[in-house]
Amino acid sequence: MELKELISQKLQTNFSEAEFEFSEYRNEFNIKFNKKFVNPICKFLKEDSELEFLLCEDITAVDWAKRTNRFTVVYHIFSIKHNFRLVLKSDVDEADCAIDSVSSVWKTSNWQERECYDMYGIKFNNHPDLRRIYMPEEFEYHPLRKDFPLMGIPGSLPLPKK
Amino acid sequence: MDRLTKDDVHPKILQKLLEDSDITIEDALENEMILNMGPQHPATHGVLRLLLRLDGETVIGCVPDVGYLHRGYEKMAENMSYYEYIPHTDRLDYISPLANNVAWVLAVEKLAGIEVPIRAQYIRMIIAELARVASHLVAIGSFAMDVGALTVFLWTLREREKIMDIWDILCGARFTNSYTRIGGVANDAQPEALALVKKFIEEIDSNLSECESLLNTNRIFIERLDGVGVISKEDALSYGYTGPNLRASGVEFDLRRATPYLQYDKVDFRIPVFTEGDCLARYFVRADEVRESAKIVKQVLQLMPQGEIKANLPKSVLPQKTEVYSKMEELIHDFMIVNFGINPPVGEVYHAIEGSKGELGFYIVSKGEGHPWKCKIRSPSFIHIQSLPHLVKGHMVSDVVAIIGSIDPIMGEADK
Repeated sequence: MELKELISQKLQTNFSEAEFEFSEYRNEFNIKFNKKFVNPICKFLKEDSELEFLLCEDITAVDWAKRTNRFTVVYHIFSIKHNFRLVLKSDVDEADCAIDSVSSVWKTSNWQERECYDMYGIKFNNHPDLRRIYMPEEFEYHPLRKDFPLMGIPGSLPLPKK
Repeated sequence: MDRLTKDDVHPKILQKLLEDSDITIEDALENEMILNMGPQHPATHGVLRLLLRLDGETVIGCVPDVGYLHRGYEKMAENMSYYEYIPHTDRLDYISPLANNVAWVLAVEKLAGIEVPIRAQYIRMIIAELARVASHLVAIGSFAMDVGALTVFLWTLREREKIMDIWDILCGARFTNSYTRIGGVANDAQPEALALVKKFIEEIDSNLSECESLLNTNRIFIERLDGVGVISKEDALSYGYTGPNLRASGVEFDLRRATPYLQYDKVDFRIPVFTEGDCLARYFVRADEVRESAKIVKQVLQLMPQGEIKANLPKSVLPQKTEVYSKMEELIHDFMIVNFGINPPVGEVYHAIEGSKGELGFYIVSKGEGHPWKCKIRSPSFIHIQSLPHLVKGHMVSDVVAIIGSIDPIMGEADK
């Protein structure tokens, strides 16, 4: 059986309520699902002996500005066993701007989620250390949101007190 | 961690401590100290800041702090065309700028569905491999300097200087090259440049052995690194390690082999793997990779055909400057591409190459406009710095310097 079919079949039998949407673009296999299932799905993909997605390459988010579900959190994971990259996606709405952390699955997601929180303001539930990573602690905005201007906001980065 | 007791301290030091009426013996021996290392510190390779919790000279905790070089390149990418962004990729990993150029244009080409002529692909392989050699030479040299062997740094930089000379002829710039273009490269590789490349790869083996002979038989160097900063295979994968650092922990994973891009499936090379996972293994992997890269370049020089260096797609590939000045059609296309961009179709792609530090990836989301809707840089250094607390725990302060050098972070890339 082809790997893509195997993955979709396994996920659908194990997580029947996750509202999966499968798509493919430029040879990249995309799976979209309900954000409630992100932690168990990631854990399953990593620990299943036939799949072994041991490497979490990247976690980021996309701000769609005016869409109802404003953000999409995107995970790129890689299986060294099959030399196969998988893209996981989950929509997050601005009103409930939070998603479960996967830092218990891959240690690397700790900083990647911190970066995502810093840049987009998406909170990661159960994250061990959710602080800003690039911007100063007292900074009020999230720079990669589409409503943050390119030139910055004057006065938002005060000089350190003497 | 066991604390020092009175019996462990040298009697003369104990006497000195007792003479000082301001401190008590408990203060001096039992209190932990917080040491702020960086961001302005020569051994942190740029502006990395570490907060260390020390018990005597032993590190019992570490918190890395990044962001001192954050220039917002991901935000800037959303406001400029795909062509305009090429020079900015130079400033990410500024030790191997050409590899970043290649990574960016490959991602854009995947998004826009552009097929690149074979000769241009081979030229890209040469520059990507030479960038890896340059980066590893700096890594080995500065790593040796961090642990006290200063001469090696001068010798490896002498070799790197030769690569700079090649780049000078190839694209007119020594450091921030911006040589690749979407759909090809800026200009064809000149015979003089290729002759220099050939000369360089013939000499690099013996020249590198010369540098290695200063280190591999150096007892101080070996003993300072052997068994220091060990990371296991499982931890390395969980921390998202890629590149030389992962291969030093015993995982045979290389994107050139795993997901072949350009023409890497046509050349023969070995993936150096070491199983120890310590600082010394990471140094050995880099030295071996320099030789493997030279092997790849040698084969590419034989395989490289003559031919076009840019795809024939006037709506998305910039024409040569000479044609812009002499032909009307080319002038119009040049104007349209520079002013409105190449407008790739709606979609999103992630493309990663085996950069010199690890997996360098670009995730681009397009809405069909001239500039990306979103661009994410997956930089290996950022990921590797995250694991520092795990690596330095239980080691001495002086080992921290060696461990930073061994994972070879570049802050331009880590901070974006």
